[in-house]
Amino acid sequence: MFDLAGKTALVTGATGGIGGEIAKVLAEAGAKVALSGTRQERLEAVAAEIGGNAVVVPANLSDKESVDGLIKNAEEALGGQLDILVNNAGITRDQLAMRLKDEDWQAVLDVNLTSAFKLARNSLRGMMKRRHGRIINITSIVGVTGNPGQTNYAAAKAGMIGWSKSLAQEVAARGITVNCVAPGFITTAMTEELGDAQKEKLLGGIPAGRMGDSKEIAAAVLYLASDEAAYVTGQTLHVNGGMAMI
Amino acid sequence: MSDVADRVKKIVVEHLGVEEDKVTENASFIDDLGADSLDTVELVMAFEEEFGCEIPDDAAEKILTVKDAIDFIEKADS
Repeated sequence: MFDLAGKTALVTGATGGIGGEIAKVLAEAGAKVALSGTRQERLEAVAAEIGGNAVVVPANLSDKESVDGLIKNAEEALGGQLDILVNNAGITRDQLAMRLKDEDWQAVLDVNLTSAFKLARNSLRGMMKRRHGRIINITSIVGVTGNPGQTNYAAAKAGMIGWSKSLAQEVAARGITVNCVAPGFITTAMTEELGDAQKEKLLGGIPAGRMGDSKEIAAAVLYLASDEAAYVTGQTLHVNGGMAMI
Repeated sequence: MSDVADRVKKIVVEHLGVEEDKVTENASFIDDLGADSLDTVELVMAFEEEFGCEIPDDAAEKILTVKDAIDFIEKADS
């Protein structure tokens, strides 16, 4: 099950905890994986951990040219057209709505929503031709439930779910699926910074009584990337320990 | 019939799975040959590949019939 031998994949934001884990899991399943992110050194380190099945394609998704060229660069580095796109890169610029600056609203929408859509659009050509493709968007529980201080982030993540459903309908008959994975609270460098009191409060809202692990997100991505998930499209798979049941 | 016309018709037959005699020059991809809008995008991609040319989006939108495609490609070729 879930054999990705002979497949190619691009994971954006592969320098992060979740992105790195997704890349590893896809490579372990046999895919050749292109790792994208802004920090070249970190990308090289993740690629070295993965071994022969990884290539590095640095890109800054807040830069238009970088976004426009990424699929082509990844396909060149992979030596073939893309089978699996994982839009995992994301940024936050948290602030209460009343204090949120225009540029912080825009930056989050540009990277988290617009660049992800463009990468999906630019990868469709090859997928359509081969009648096979997997687009997997890492959204967030916040895109469905909202969260104070994250109007921009929630808008981008909800928007991602929306365009995924539209695109899924457009390309379903071509063997291409488009799905989202929505993590809840996952242990990463970012959540490690929370204080004990904050953590305790958070855990109170999670029926599973613990934070999630990046591996648990990667496993959901692996399933959606597999041939076995061919009949699943336009869906959002929530991986959140029961924190929100939607 | 020109070589371009033959090749265009062959692509249309293969791609849309229609009878060859239905693919007349005036046949509309959508109205006569049962294509949906995504089929027309794919046809344009197939033409680009077959003839090694680029069909810009604004030109692609105007390619509605078999003849439109032949005319565009012959013009691009010359």
